[in-house]
Parts: sequence; C-alpha cells; structure tokens
Amino acid sequence: MATDDEIFATLCRLIEPFNTEDVKLEKNTDIAADLNIDSVSVMDFVMEVEDEFDIDIPLNVLGDTRTLSDLRDVVKARVKGA
Amino acid sequence: MSILEKYRPLVERHKKMLELGRNAVGLRMDDVFSPTRARIDGKEVILAGTNNYMAITFDDACIKAGQKALADHGTGTTGSRIANGSYALHLELEKSLAGFLKRKHSIVFSTGYQANLGTIAGLAGPRDTVFLDADSHSSIYDACTLSGARLIRFKHNNADDLAKRLRRMGDDEGGRLVVLEGIYSMFGDRAPLQEFVDVKREYGFELLVDEAHSTGVLGQGGRGLADEAGLESDVDFVVGTFSKSFGAIGGFAASDHELFEMLRFASRAYMFSASPSPATIATVKEAINQLEARPELRQKLRDNSARLHRGFKSLGLELCCDVPSPIIAVRIVDEPTAIVLWNRLVDAGVYVNIALPPGTPNGVCLLRCSVSAGHSEQDIDRIIALFETVVLSLPEVTAPQNS
Repeated sequence: MATDDEIFATLCRLIEPFNTEDVKLEKNTDIAADLNIDSVSVMDFVMEVEDEFDIDIPLNVLGDTRTLSDLRDVVKARVKGA
Repeated sequence: MSILEKYRPLVERHKKMLELGRNAVGLRMDDVFSPTRARIDGKEVILAGTNNYMAITFDDACIKAGQKALADHGTGTTGSRIANGSYALHLELEKSLAGFLKRKHSIVFSTGYQANLGTIAGLAGPRDTVFLDADSHSSIYDACTLSGARLIRFKHNNADDLAKRLRRMGDDEGGRLVVLEGIYSMFGDRAPLQEFVDVKREYGFELLVDEAHSTGVLGQGGRGLADEAGLESDVDFVVGTFSKSFGAIGGFAASDHELFEMLRFASRAYMFSASPSPATIATVKEAINQLEARPELRQKLRDNSARLHRGFKSLGLELCCDVPSPIIAVRIVDEPTAIVLWNRLVDAGVYVNIALPPGTPNGVCLLRCSVSAGHSEQDIDRIIALFETVVLSLPEVTAPQNS
C-alpha cells in the first residue's frame, strides 16, 4: 500500500497540467485558491485522481477538501476502504 | 472583513471586460422587435444567441392566448401549487404537455432551472447515487448538491467511463440515477444515447435526460433526443424548459413512472415556488399547439442550422461539434480576444453569446450562436459574412490553446 509521501507525490504529478502558474506545491497548498484554478478544473483534476487510484471520490466530499494533504487523506481512506 | 470581500477578484475581471467594450454578461437590449431582431446601442441587430429555436415568442396565437388569460385570470397566482396556485390552466397545460411528450405524467415548474432543481433533488436523496456528465448544466450540479445524494461525475459523453464508475461503486442499497442532456448548451453536441442505454441494460439504473435544448428541436415529434434516437422507452424521466422552443418561461418534468406524481409532495422547488402566471401558462399551451401543427418549423430550423454550420466550416473556424445542431459554438483563442470580437460583432449587426470559463467545458472561450427557425436564408448568410469580416480580421483567433 502507498505511503503518505507516495500518495502526495502522485497528487503533485497529476495536478501539474492544472498548475499553469507553476505554484510550488506544499502539503498545505489550497488546490483552488493557491493554484488559482476554477471549480470545474478542480473536478477535472479529482477525476484524474479517481482513475489513478481506481477509487470513487464523490463530489460531496470535495466541500471539506481544500489542501493537497486533505485530498491525500481522502485518497488514503478510500484506497484502504476499497 | 465583509462577507462580500471574497468576490473582489471578480471586480478586476469584470473591469477588464468593460475596458474592452460592452458589459457582455448583462447586455442591455433596448428593444426586441421579433424573434430575430433587436435594437442594441441604437442599432438594429440580428439575434443569433437567444435560444429562440422555434421563433414562437411573437406568434399571434400565443400572444392572443396570453392576453386573454391575463384579462380573464389576472397577473399572477400569488401562491404555490400546493397552496392557492393550481388553476384549471395549470392542470390543462400538464395534460396537454403529457400528450405532446407521450408520457403519462407531467409536472410544470416556474423556471427551467427549478425544473432540474425540483426533479433531481426530488428523485434522489441521501441514500442514492447520482452519476452526472462532466459537462452538465449548472442547474443539474446545483440540484445534485441539494439532493444530498452521493455524486459521481463521469467524463463527458463517455458511456465507457460511466460503466467504469458503476463497476467501481459496486452494489449499493440506494437508487442510481444517471443524468444526461439531449443537446449540451455550450458545444451543441448530443449525448450518444444508444451507448448509454447499452450501459443501462447491462448495469441497471434510472435515466434522466434534460431535453432543455432539444425539445421541439429533435425527433419526428419534436420530443427531443430520445425521440430522434428511438429510445424513449429507455428514458425514465424527461426534464425540459419553456424558455426556449416554447418561447416563454417555466419548465417541466415528465415520466411514465407510477410514483412520479409523488414529486408534487417531495420536490421543494415545486412546493415552495409561486406557480407560473396565467399568461405564461396560456402562451405555453398555445405554443404546444403551434409546434404540433407546424412541423415545418423544425425542418426550417434544421436547414438553417446546417447552413450556418457549413458556412462557418468553410471559413475555417474552429467549431466545437462536427454534427450540426441549433447551437454552433466557435472556439476563440483567449478571453480578451473573445471579448473584442464579440463587441465587434454587435457593432457590425449580429448578437451572439460569449461564453467563458468556468461556464464552458475544458476552460475554452466561445462565441456561441443559436439558430432560429425564424432566421431567413439571408439572415444566416449575413451572420456568416459578418463572422468572416470580424472574426477573420484578427490573426490566429481560433488557434487551439492547449491541444
């Protein structure tokens, strides 16, 4: 099973195409606000994450998911639960 | 800090738009003369961005019906359908609409937005899962959020991607609702309905199709994409609007399901909105008669759409859909270019829509046209000529951004 750091590294790789302003990615980077990307792009990114890990991340979950580490925790819980 | 401070960045974006010309997201129509003509900034323009597909807004019979209802029943109902807002007119419209759509039941809502809000949030609850197409209209997203259901988004028009997500979720005790649109409002592309129906037959779910842009437009009977595709019995719920082909305001949902009428006690947008005014109901009812009596409107719309699509293609414009529909969207390289071109088109005498992210799929900028049965061939040719003069005047306006 993937470690926290491995999941984080994968998230950083998947978000690169959306990170058009080349913001430095930290665990507490706010996906929408810091990267200055709109709500549709956030959903498109999450779809990539779902496919990479073969999990569901329902849109309802995203309301409480702001930073990359929040998303890492979501992925971790869902990979484990599967 | 004020609660409105979060919108400060929007002020900057809007200011940039105004520096380039008109307020594209709140343009003042000084006067609208007909389904295809208006006056903007003192000048007459061709309307090619009003979703007035059947050109029914100035129909004599519809206007007369509206005037009579206004005189006979007053200006408004001052109440919701579950209180004092159910008139004989509303029930007659629901009956006539069910007949037009060939469905057992239909429910009328006060706007198209509320039709989706009320129907989807009425159908799905916290124990259910809604699968929605990535390019769904905002009213569908908002409805899904309001429903409290688990929301799974699948790739646009990709039935295999839906199947993958259904497989991934596995068995669940709740209901499963898949939401598609007949014609998608930005690119004008249809859902590949047969492919989705194949997935439905394999996995089992209930299917809702929003025919907002396709009612009146597609199919032999004008009932939308499912009519055109011959798959109406596979569609469990239809949603639509009165603000496009019916030329008024309001919306509807229809179904053959034996429990469908229960939405009248579960759909909050239905229960807590004032019902549509008598004049609105009367014009819609007459519009249904007109659409049934004049199938030639549909043919004229098809011919006009094909003509505009062909014309734009021959100019080498980058179109968002290869198959003609009344929505024909031209992709423009970036936001400032789109704003400048849109202003020049209005100056030159044609009104189209400008569509910008996040209101568009894949972050693209569009000049979006909608064709009407009320356009003459000369109108269509004039629109093509104006696009040639204006849009092709700038170098590389449609050069792809990312791809």
